[in-house]
Amino acid sequence: MNAGTSFVRESSIVFRRQIRMNLRNPAWVLIGIMQPVLYLLLFGPLLKPLVASFDTGTDNAYTFLVPGLLVQLGMFGAFFAGFGLIGEWREGVIEAERVTPANRSALLVGRLARDVIQLFVQAVILVVLGLAMGMRGSFAGIVLGVLLTLVIGGACAAASNALALTTKSEDVMAPVINIVMMPVLLLSGILLPMTLGPGWLRNISDFMPFRYIVDAVRDGFAGDLATSSVLWGSVWAVVLAALGAWWGTATFRRENA
Amino acid sequence: MIQARGLVQTFHTGRGKNTKEVRAVDGVDLDVHEGEVVGFLGPNGAGKTTTLRMLTTLLRPTAGTATVAGHDVVTESVQVRRSIGYVSQVGATFSGAYAGDEVVDHGMLYGMSRADAVRRGQELFAQLQLDGLWKRMPKNMSGGQKRRLDVVMGLIHDPRLVFLDEPTTGLDPQARANLWEHIQGLRTRLGATVFLTTHYLDEADVLADRIVIIDQGRIVASDTSDNLKAQVAGDLVDLEVAADDQVAVAAARLGALVHGAGGVDGVETDGHHVRARVQRAGRVVPGLLRDLDNAGVELDSIEVIRPTLDDVFLSLTGRSLRDADSADAPNQPEEVLA
Repeated sequence: MNAGTSFVRESSIVFRRQIRMNLRNPAWVLIGIMQPVLYLLLFGPLLKPLVASFDTGTDNAYTFLVPGLLVQLGMFGAFFAGFGLIGEWREGVIEAERVTPANRSALLVGRLARDVIQLFVQAVILVVLGLAMGMRGSFAGIVLGVLLTLVIGGACAAASNALALTTKSEDVMAPVINIVMMPVLLLSGILLPMTLGPGWLRNISDFMPFRYIVDAVRDGFAGDLATSSVLWGSVWAVVLAALGAWWGTATFRRENA
Repeated sequence: MIQARGLVQTFHTGRGKNTKEVRAVDGVDLDVHEGEVVGFLGPNGAGKTTTLRMLTTLLRPTAGTATVAGHDVVTESVQVRRSIGYVSQVGATFSGAYAGDEVVDHGMLYGMSRADAVRRGQELFAQLQLDGLWKRMPKNMSGGQKRRLDVVMGLIHDPRLVFLDEPTTGLDPQARANLWEHIQGLRTRLGATVFLTTHYLDEADVLADRIVIIDQGRIVASDTSDNLKAQVAGDLVDLEVAADDQVAVAAARLGALVHGAGGVDGVETDGHHVRARVQRAGRVVPGLLRDLDNAGVELDSIEVIRPTLDDVFLSLTGRSLRDADSADAPNQPEEVLA
């Protein structure tokens, strides 16, 4: 067996094991989807009268809101993936996997595949629900939006797993995630467009990579696939994914982890 | 099977100006031959687990080299992992997954086919008295069952060399005795070489052909349990003399065994009891009894108490193993890691 096929095989063993445990406890997936669904149901109606004044290319509240919620789902859902890893580490599972000849990156990739699949299911639920509530969007744009969501979700899940294996403590990880997530949420224009804000706030948000991704998904949903936002959002998604993958594999491959 | 030379592992503890370098393992040489069962004995924090983690490729040595199952632990770590089984202190299975699933997945990560992993897993379940627990979650198992499941995980790929880290810690006496039988079976039934760490003296005594004692990151002794006891402590001979006026005579005769004729140093008298430590009591006690008989000394009882590994540890390090254990050992990096 060459290195490539055994890597795929090992990743899929890890992936199947993770999926089996998730299916045994599907509450997790449902809890993950609850937050964006609640935003959709309880925050969407508030936006309805306001959206026309946003100047974001749409006057449909759900076409505006669902892209933001998708990105939020990708970030938040994935960021919590690492908590499960700490539990596994504490019970010796990670160490047991690390004394097998399996490629250590495969141990991460199998878990990321689970996170991305889970995210995909949640994203589809969110989009379908949005459509049911009156969202309009171009099909190609929705596909692009979900794809970008999966890419940054994978990046965040990799980062979360790396953080988990580095801190090995929920007590350290939870505040770190909170500290990171709050500014990301507020400066990405997920709930309201940054264009509403004063100049200084917009300038700060220019440094927030996730803002470009939210803008890209929004443009995609509105049917504008050739905008500079779509380009920059895609570039940032790929850059973040590369960073996450690098951090994650470095952590999993490190001898003393 | 294992050959280590000058293994060193240093950790850094503290922060900023208080950073201290701790040599958890400080120049360990080890040789374990095929088919041996070696007990690695030492108090908590002595460097047992850290040494084990280096030998199992989980931790890269700061210095030194080790060859395990014919492969270098740093440059050929994958080949080492293929040949060894590792039963860690903390376990190896997720509490909320089915035991059988965990075992099969583990076997498959070693490159086994699903069918092989299932068949071998079920054989091992039967051998380790886990029948009927294939679809049980570890969180619903007893401590002994869970440890045996960990052993199954470590054996699924039929390793030639098995590492066990504190295998019976936290088990009740029956479960310990039961697990001991299974550990003995690793060699007799599977032909495996076994390297186990423990801080229990009786465990090392029962299981190991050879005992390697580590203290503060260094190997302080390596021999069979009997030889270790013989060379450092000697057996305690306790004579109970029938009459008051014969105590001094008995003390002199016993003293002669210890020092040659004349001395009574090291002989302790306590009422009718006369005690001293002598080398290899089995060889000299018959002569002593004849001697006492000729001198007209009558005995009510004679007792020979073999030294324990704790006596061995005491004479090697100046501390009792139990004290070393309970003392709040400064810096226990292996505990932090474990």
